[in-house]
Formats: sequence, structure tokens, C-alpha cells
Amino acid sequence: MTEWLERHIPKMVLAPSFIAILVFVYGFIAWTGWVSLTRSKLLPKYDIVGLIQYERLFDSPRWDTALTNLWIFGGLFITTAMVLGLMLAILLDQKIRVEGALRTIYLYPMALSMIVTGTAWKWIMNPGLGLQKMVQDWGFENFTFDWVINPDRAIYAVVIAGVWQSSGFVMALFLAGLRSVDGEIIKAAQVDGIPNWRIYTAIIIPSMAPVFLSAFIVLAHLAIKSFDLVIALTGGGPGYATDLPATYMYAMAFSRGDIGQAASSAMVMMAVVFAIIVPYLYSELRAKHD
Amino acid sequence: MTDTALHTNSRSPGVIVLRWGLFLILGLFALFYLMPLFVMLTTSLKSLEEIRTGSLVALPREVTFEAWRTAWSGACTGIQCEGLRPYFWNSVILAIPAVAISTILGAMNGYVIAQWKFKGANFVFSLLLFGCFIPFQVVLLPMARMLGLLGIAGTIPGLIFVHVIYGLGFTTLFFRNYYVTIPAELVKAAKVDGAGFFRIFWSIFLPLSLPIIVVTIIWQFTQIWNDFLFGVSFSQAGTQPVTVALNNIVNSTTGVKEYNVDMAAAIIAALPTLLVYVVAGKYFIRGLTAGSVKG
Amino acid sequence: MKHYVKMAASAIALTCATAAFAEPQAEVLHYWTSGGEAKSVAVLQQEFADNGGTWIDMPVAGGGGDAAMTALRARVLSGNAPTAVQLKGPAIQEWYEEGVLADISAVAEAEGWADVLPASIAGHMKCDDIWCAAPVNVHRVDWIWANADVLEANGITMPTTWDEFNAAAEKLQAAGITPLAHGGQAWQDATVFEAVALGILGPDGFRKAFVDLDMDTLKSDGMVAVFDQMRTLRGYVDDNFSGRDWNLATAMVINGEAGFQIMGDWAKGEFIAAGKVPGDDFLCLSTPGDGFLYNVDSFAMFDVDGADKKAGQELLAKLTVGKNFQKVFNLNKGSIPARTDVDLADFDSCAHLSSDDMSASADNGSLLPSYAHGMALRGAQAGAITDVVTAHFNSDMSSADAVQMLADAVANSM
Repeated sequence: MTEWLERHIPKMVLAPSFIAILVFVYGFIAWTGWVSLTRSKLLPKYDIVGLIQYERLFDSPRWDTALTNLWIFGGLFITTAMVLGLMLAILLDQKIRVEGALRTIYLYPMALSMIVTGTAWKWIMNPGLGLQKMVQDWGFENFTFDWVINPDRAIYAVVIAGVWQSSGFVMALFLAGLRSVDGEIIKAAQVDGIPNWRIYTAIIIPSMAPVFLSAFIVLAHLAIKSFDLVIALTGGGPGYATDLPATYMYAMAFSRGDIGQAASSAMVMMAVVFAIIVPYLYSELRAKHD
Repeated sequence: MTDTALHTNSRSPGVIVLRWGLFLILGLFALFYLMPLFVMLTTSLKSLEEIRTGSLVALPREVTFEAWRTAWSGACTGIQCEGLRPYFWNSVILAIPAVAISTILGAMNGYVIAQWKFKGANFVFSLLLFGCFIPFQVVLLPMARMLGLLGIAGTIPGLIFVHVIYGLGFTTLFFRNYYVTIPAELVKAAKVDGAGFFRIFWSIFLPLSLPIIVVTIIWQFTQIWNDFLFGVSFSQAGTQPVTVALNNIVNSTTGVKEYNVDMAAAIIAALPTLLVYVVAGKYFIRGLTAGSVKG
Repeated sequence: MKHYVKMAASAIALTCATAAFAEPQAEVLHYWTSGGEAKSVAVLQQEFADNGGTWIDMPVAGGGGDAAMTALRARVLSGNAPTAVQLKGPAIQEWYEEGVLADISAVAEAEGWADVLPASIAGHMKCDDIWCAAPVNVHRVDWIWANADVLEANGITMPTTWDEFNAAAEKLQAAGITPLAHGGQAWQDATVFEAVALGILGPDGFRKAFVDLDMDTLKSDGMVAVFDQMRTLRGYVDDNFSGRDWNLATAMVINGEAGFQIMGDWAKGEFIAAGKVPGDDFLCLSTPGDGFLYNVDSFAMFDVDGADKKAGQELLAKLTVGKNFQKVFNLNKGSIPARTDVDLADFDSCAHLSSDDMSASADNGSLLPSYAHGMALRGAQAGAITDVVTAHFNSDMSSADAVQMLADAVANSM
């Protein structure tokens, strides 16, 4: 009996979490899938009517904008935060005396909620209040920085605020990665007279592949879930120029009383997540079999 | 790596210029990161009159802490004018157990998945991991129903429950990636000595875990403290967390906007997480270095 | 002494009336969180407490009630609905159809609501044949506010047609003043749009387009003209309008930076708070054209268990429509009482104009629900229209394209 218990303890320890995730993640996804096939309005209904919600979704110009914005925002946000994070990590890794202070400065935005970030940047980027006015007051009359109110540029303003918030965290990940690269290899390379930049591009950065993956996963998760930031910074505007799938879905479910439509947009979002995460999981778990 | 940092000790002019350039770049970025905090801080210390007339980035002519006092104990969130204070404590008694429980569960899960592999363990892990990415708006409605069935709707335990569930993915990921780097021989040897599942965890793994515990706690605390969506959906009068109160103060759609109070309230609401990052930031990087970022 | 006797008497009356009940209690979910509004609600809370009730406040601000509606859905689904909720328009009937609203007909009939409320407003408070909500106020949406000094200095009188408005705006623009103070948020774009639509389409056209969703009207030349006028108005707005809160736009009119603002009568509160006098410092006039667009706030009562909560709902409903609250609340908020038998002596000239116009338009059938403020249509349809309006206003889309998009969006939202 004790032996049986001993053998099954690991499974029993994992079981509660497993069941919880099964119900509260996968059960709910299934529930959403079901509701997306109904005509649910204010509250969920369960009579299946077919794919009408998906037809409506793909007929909606606002959803087109939201999806396009996800690619623009997601792509720029992830690459900029990665490049900036890597750059800062490498610069900080040059035996800087004030490294501790700088690290904290770069990292602290991660501590703020997106609502606070959005509100602060809304001010700074407001042409009549913030940066533009300040620089113009300095005498540069022609300086303009009106991205946040320009329908074609507003999504880039969201990228700036998002990068500001998250790049410090990416910097921390990369810094940790740099610190765990095997010192012997680098020493050997230095002895061979290989220039520093070559050491970075040829040895250190390639050896940090797992860090890139971790950073990508964290950033992708933030990009897909970006909701508070858009709400606080632009409210989805001007017009609906900065709408993202998460804000679209929220608007449909909660301010429009169109839950079926919200559920269908959620399913499309989930499919996007799936397409990004599954390859990662596959590579992650296959490596462990070796 | 630090012993072999990529710089030379020679003091040639080129190197000096390079180092000044380095400091310049790092300094400019520091300004970029500090600017919003600077604006928030100075605005919170100005009077409303000064905000209206002055520039956004100017230092306050007269420093007043009036806005801070109002935000903490006098600002109106609806009829009550008690400021953020009561809500702040709601957040505290909500965040501490939620962080503790999700960290403990994550540690146990990570320990099992990394070291006590059984058939299907990796499958469970990938299920957990995918759970990290579910947009929270999706779960609001079914979760509300579920909390009602469990009889904890609108209560702090209900909110703790929700945060623990949706924190599991990340905490398990952190611990699993950390524990996977610990040699399996350690467990084997302990087993030969007759140690059981919990004993091995307690006396071998736990003492090694400090760095990753720090990382997990920081991550979870930040997520839970800053959460608005769950807070606004699953609370009722008396259990609303500080982010909901902050929203009530900042997002009032009518009336005179008291920007100084808004900014003071935003900083107060962010203080605990800021403090955690400033105080524990060093351990955060160390913890990440210690293994969580390795695949 | 007399006072005490009266209080004791009313206390006894109350005890008798609710003999079988516990102390009235109400948890009220609302989004009146700003200074003036919160003060107005506090009046109700005070009255509620004076009548022996316990008021539990549940404010959720943000997004014109979006966050509050999120909380409401979660609460209802978890079987833990608040006692009373600030709801309005067809949303009341939508919730009723979900089977979660309580019947307050007993109070309504005892208090004779049918006799004191205008028929069209009473209609919003009824679900099938029962009363399910209590009206708080009547906001008029189609107002133009103006800075009197600015207008005088430029020799402009309040415009009564859109052409006059455009001419006045050109004059102001030439004088270096922003003609129209506006905040670029979707609901504000929609507010201006519906005022323009009422003027150009007329009350019947407005009803066909935004109440009946008549496709021919939505695609008509009139609608093209409405979008044309929106494009013209876009030219009168300053560059920095995006995302601006409405009260900051009002402040532009107050301090003379801008000439006009098109906004509901909650804007009046801002003028009054700045110490301005209606008629002297600022002017109010309905937007060009006939008709009256109303936005009625109300409390809907949800189906809850517990005698104390039910007693709370009845008391709350009674006090909400009571003369005292109707007067005090609306004096604070800039709106006019929903009931027609409140003495308006303490109200200002704008409120009198609003009240007179309401009676007149109720008689000739041009008393219309505001679409922009969720009175005319359900959320999905109103939202679909707003999407098009704000997309058009914030881009260089042609009016013809906008009209086509409008028809498509409405069809798609069904």
C-alpha cells in the first residue's frame, strides 16, 4: 500500500492543477467555442445556429483593422523590445560601475500596471500637453510628434509605450543569459584575438537561443493580451484605428451585448495563439527526449 | 562571465571615447525610462492651478503633498470619499495568499514534471503552458458562473482562487525550467537512501530554490497586484482591489479632472510593486541567471 | 418637537408597512463617480439612510459604464446580482428578457408614476406590462453651447440652421478661434453626429434611421448630407482633439479658446462650476432643426433574494422618483426631472428651455431617444453605427462610402 502510494504521489500532486487547468482553461475554451456558434447576445445562450458569428466577424471592417493591428503591433513590439533589450543587456555587461542603478531604472516599468503606463504616455505624447509642446516651447516651432492622435500612426504610439514597459524585462532575461554563457569559451576566443563584436555575434548570441525563445514567449503573451494599454492610451482611437483583437472582443462582449460575436473573435485569437505556441512547445519538449 | 567581461584594460584614447559613448547611450536610455515616472511624480506634487498654467515637464514651483493625502484618504470613488486606503488593504490580503499558494503549487508541479517523470507528464506540462496564453477576457463569463456555483462569487477567496488558477501556468514553467537543470542523480541517490517524495523536495530541492522563488514571487505579485479585469469582474462592494479604485478615481468621465490626485493615486497604487522591483531587482536577475531562462 | 413627532410617525408608518420585512438594504452598482455626480447620488443615499435603509455603494467608473457593465454581467452570471443598477434605454428590456429583472409595479402604481412621467419616458421603464426601472432624470443631448463674449466680439448670434452654424464657424476660424470644441472619442463623435442627423433628416427621418433602422433612410441622400456636414465640422475642430475628454472641450469654450460645443446638458455643470451664468457668460440653444433627443438615466432593480433587499428596492424606487430627489439631483447634474410636476423655480434658463421643448415635442411626436447614448437601439446596432461614424470622422472617407459602410454595418450587426 505504501509502495503504491509512493509510486503514485507525483501524479497525485500534479492532479489538482491538471484538473483545474482542464476545467478552467480547456473547459472554458470549449465553452467559448460552443457559444461562438450561437446567437448569444447579452448573456450566453446555448442553441447552436452555425457559423454565422464567424461570417459576421470576417465581414466587419473593424475586425480587419484589429487583426492588421495585431500583426503590426505584435511584430514591431516583439522585435523592438528584443533588439532594445539585447542591446541594453550587452551594453550593461561591459563592467559598468553603476550597473545596479541602471538595471533598476530599465526594469522598473515592468512593475507598473498597463493602466498607469498608458495614462502616463497619453500625457507625454499628447501634442498639446507633452513632448511636442515642450520642444516647441524651446523654440523648435516645426517639431511635431502627434502619433497618438494620427489614425495612421497611433498604433506606433502604442508600440512605444509597450516597448517602454517591457523592454527592461527582456533586458533582464538577456543579461541573465549573457551571465550564464560559459566563460572559458570566451576567454579562449579572446586569446585567439577575435574582436569583441565577433565574439558576440558568433559565439554568445547564438548560444542564447533558449533565451530568445523565452523572451519571445513572454512578449508574444503580452502582445496578444494587450488590452489595458490600448484602453488607457488611446481608448482604441482615433476612430477605431488602434483596436486590437482583445479590445474588439471586450467591446463586443461587454459594451455591445453581442457575446456570440465576442466568442467567435476569441476563438480566432486562440487559433493565433495556438499557431505561435505549439511549435515552441514542440521544440521545447522534443529537446528533452534526447 | 563577469570575470571575462568584454573589455580591455588599456586606456588608449579610442577606448576612452568608446566608454564615454557607452555611458551617453546608457544615460539617454535611462532618461527615456525615467521620463514618465518623472512626469507623474512632479505632477502629483503640483497644485491644480499650476498644472493648468505650467508646462507638463516643469518642476513644481511649490511642492505640495495635498494631492497625495487626498489620493490616499480623501479622494471620492463614488459616494465614499476614503481614498485608496481601504482598497489598498483589500489588495494586500488578496495578493499575499494568492502569490503564496500559486508559488507553492508551481514548485510542486515543477518538481514533479522535472524530476518524477511519468508517462504523460510532458503532456500535462504543455497543457499548463498553453494555459498561460489564454486571453483573460475569454474566461470572465464562464468563470463568473463557476464562482457562483462554488459559492465564492464576489469574495476575496474567490479572487484568490481565480488568480491561483491562472497563475499556475507561469509558476510551473519557472520551477520546471529551474529544476530540470538539477541532475537526476541527486534524486536517485536520495531514493537509495530511503528518502521519499516529500522528503527529497524538502531537504534537497527547497534549499536550492531561493533564486527561482524570488523570480516567481516577483512575477506573480506584479501580475496579481496590477490586475484590473478580474478585480472589477469578480468583486463586489467591499472587496474591490486597489486597481478598481484607481480606475474610479482616474477614469471618472465628468467633472473637473484633478490630474495631481490622479497621478498621486497611480503612484500609490504602484508603490508595492515598484518597491519589490527596486529592492529585489538584483535577486530577480540572479534568479533568472540561475536557470529559469535556460530552455 | 413637531419635527420629532413627524419623524416618529413616519418611522412607525414605515415599520408597519414593512412589518414582515427586515431593514431595507440596497447594493447599488453605478458609474456616477465624478465629483458633481457623486454628490448628486449622495443625496439619494442620504434620503435612503433617513428612511432606515442601508446603502452599499458599488461604483465602477470608466468607458461610459463599460466597466460597470462587465462587472454586472459577471455578477448576474455568478448568481449574485446587485440590488439596483444604473441602466438605461433598451438595455433594460434586454436584461428583462434574460429573466433577471424584478417587478416594481407595486411601488410605481402606489406612487402613480404613470400620471407624472411623459409617456415615451415611461415606456423605457416598462418591460412588457410591468414596471422594471425607475427614471432619474432627462438629459437633452442636442444642445449647442457657446461662449457669449466670443460670439459678441465676432458679431455672431446663436445659429438656428446648419448653414448659419457653418457661416459662424468660418468667421471664428478667420478670427483665429477654434470654432468647435470637440473631443475625439467615439461617443462624442456619435453625439455630434446624431445632433446633425436630427437637424438634417428631421424627427421622422431620425426615427426611421435610428429607431426603426430603415435601410432606405440609412442609405438616403439625406444621410449623405449628414456625413457631408460631419466632414465640414471636422474642419472646424482643432488638431489636438483626439482622445480629449468632453469636459476639457467644454473648458475650451469657457475660457474663450473655442466658440461652440455640441454636447448634452451635462456640459452645463462645467460652466456653472466655473462660475459662469447662463445667458450672460454662456449661451445654450438646441442644435438646428426640430425635435428633442433625450437620454434618461434610470435604476433597474434586479431579481434578488432576501426580504431586506426587496424592501431596499421598493424604497429606492420610491425615493428615486420622489419629488425631492428629482429636484436636487437634477439641479446638480444639469438635467431636468423626469417627472413633469416638479417645481422648476430653482432651475436656470437652459433647464426651462429644455423642459418647455420636452413638453412641446412630446405633443408633436418629435420627442426622440438618443442613439449615441444607448436610448434608441440595442448595443450591437448602436455600436455598429458608432464604428462607422467615428471611422468617417477620423479619416478622409467620402460620405458616399460612409453611407454604404453604415448600411453594411447595420445589416451585419443584426
